Amino acid sequence: MTPRAAAALAPCVLALAAVPWVIGNEFYVNMASQVLIYALFALSINMMLGYGGMVSLGHAAYLGIAGYACILATTAGYDQLTAAVFAVALSTTAAAFFGVLSLRAPGLGFIMITLALGQIVWGVAYRANDLTGGDNGIRHPARPMPFGFDISDAPSFYYFTLMVFFVALFFIWRFARSPFGASLKGARDQPRRMRMLGHNVWLVRWITFVMAGFWASVAGVLYVYYNLFLSPHAISLQQSAEILLMAILGGASTLSGPIVGAAIITLVKNVVSTYVERWNTLLGVIFVVVIVFMPYGLVPGCAQAWQRLRNRMKGRKEVSPAASEPAQ
Amino acid sequence: MTAPALEVAHLSKRFGGLPATKDVSLSVSPGERRLIIGPNGAGKTTLFNLITGDLSADAGSVRLFGQELIGMPTQRRVHLGLARTYQILTLFPRERLVHNVVLALLGLDRRRWNPWSILTASRDLYANARAFLEQVGLGDAAERIVAETSYGERRRLELAMALAQRPKLLLLDEPLAGLSQAERQTVRALLDAIPREVTIVMIEHDMDTALGFAERITVLHYGEVIVEGTRAEVVADPRTREVYLGD
Repeated sequence: MTPRAAAALAPCVLALAAVPWVIGNEFYVNMASQVLIYALFALSINMMLGYGGMVSLGHAAYLGIAGYACILATTAGYDQLTAAVFAVALSTTAAAFFGVLSLRAPGLGFIMITLALGQIVWGVAYRANDLTGGDNGIRHPARPMPFGFDISDAPSFYYFTLMVFFVALFFIWRFARSPFGASLKGARDQPRRMRMLGHNVWLVRWITFVMAGFWASVAGVLYVYYNLFLSPHAISLQQSAEILLMAILGGASTLSGPIVGAAIITLVKNVVSTYVERWNTLLGVIFVVVIVFMPYGLVPGCAQAWQRLRNRMKGRKEVSPAASEPAQ
Repeated sequence: MTAPALEVAHLSKRFGGLPATKDVSLSVSPGERRLIIGPNGAGKTTLFNLITGDLSADAGSVRLFGQELIGMPTQRRVHLGLARTYQILTLFPRERLVHNVVLALLGLDRRRWNPWSILTASRDLYANARAFLEQVGLGDAAERIVAETSYGERRRLELAMALAQRPKLLLLDEPLAGLSQAERQTVRALLDAIPREVTIVMIEHDMDTALGFAERITVLHYGEVIVEGTRAEVVADPRTREVYLGD
């Protein structure tokens, strides 16, 4: 990591760590945990979307599979760790299978197949009453006690989520800068050329699909720990679309974009909905405005605006001595 | 006797009802420079696409040093020593030149599967990529973005990427297209400098520059090989005049 990146990252880390102290209010600390969980969802979908150019509309499927598996394994008597590992493993395996199906077709076909798979998972959750409780959903017995720490209250759960989030963020950050990430971006821009350079484009995409599924599954388990409840509403098409919107709103080409997008959408959903009934409309308006003025999303858009502002300032500085010369 | 570098036998491809490649057979010896000429639509690029696997053949066989390529995905053919350049530039326009060559090097390097290490920390890859850019006279342009380079520089970048793959068989699809007279001479000199371990098959329209380059010439017309032979034979053949130079 460059010193500059470290200098930029350190305040972010400190700020995130200070959130419970600064806010204090349990409601908002819980919301911060939610933001982190959704940020992880958005980061995971962005591995496909931002770096691979693969638009998935079925990402909530991993929340569903991992979430239900975690709850069912725990209620069946397995300890929390075993249940979590089993849930993530099962859901990642499903991603491996879904990937084979989805990558049959590029572009629009890919979107439709992921959409269909997401709807199948939703449909099964909705119909399999004995297993999932159908429309009523099922409860998770209790939050786990990782290494003996109690994470049942809001601040400690926030720290638990933050740690998982940092681990995931670190891996995804490395992923984006790795040789594999470079192959993936190359496959997004020039798949034919990449094959001609010896890259296995299909396999690169599939591995990315599975990795994205893995991190979404981790987020799914966190989601269940947070809510201690899961119902088909949480894994509907709306959920998949929201996760996708988070990444696009913040800027799919960046690492921080999906996090920003997740924060905005989660806050609008939770905070604004207590004051404004039509929060969905507001979300739509925000989305349209951002995309009109910043087609690549908030983070690249703001970076560009900042750059332009700096150039203008610099230009003025450079121009002013020259302009004053003739006055002499 | 060693196997030919490239042996195409009875290769056919139809697009709907239109035959793009009709029963093409040709054999290129190791180290040879072969020129493929023919009017527009003669199926020259289609032939390349069939050899590389960008298109799947309807019938026939393509062997690289005796090994059958038909049925093999493109990237496996590349790992056997095949490389090509494109007539229509196929680069990564928003990336630096050196990154383009690094992607070419990475394609044949096991590290391409590594999702953990930082790519830019692989100094050997970058040094190697710069050496190939140097070889085509782009050493100073390594850090520039492709979109900010001239057309001639991009043509040379195409070449650098193909050379970075250290191919045994190199397919050049109109490497001189769109270049000025001076640039043609530069690229021609670069092509002449490629060692004889590399077998080259080249499609080219610029006869003045290309004729001197190849030992043997194949003339394609409507997807068929109509003349094949040495430079003198092909130029003297009345059928060449008819389809290419003539009427």
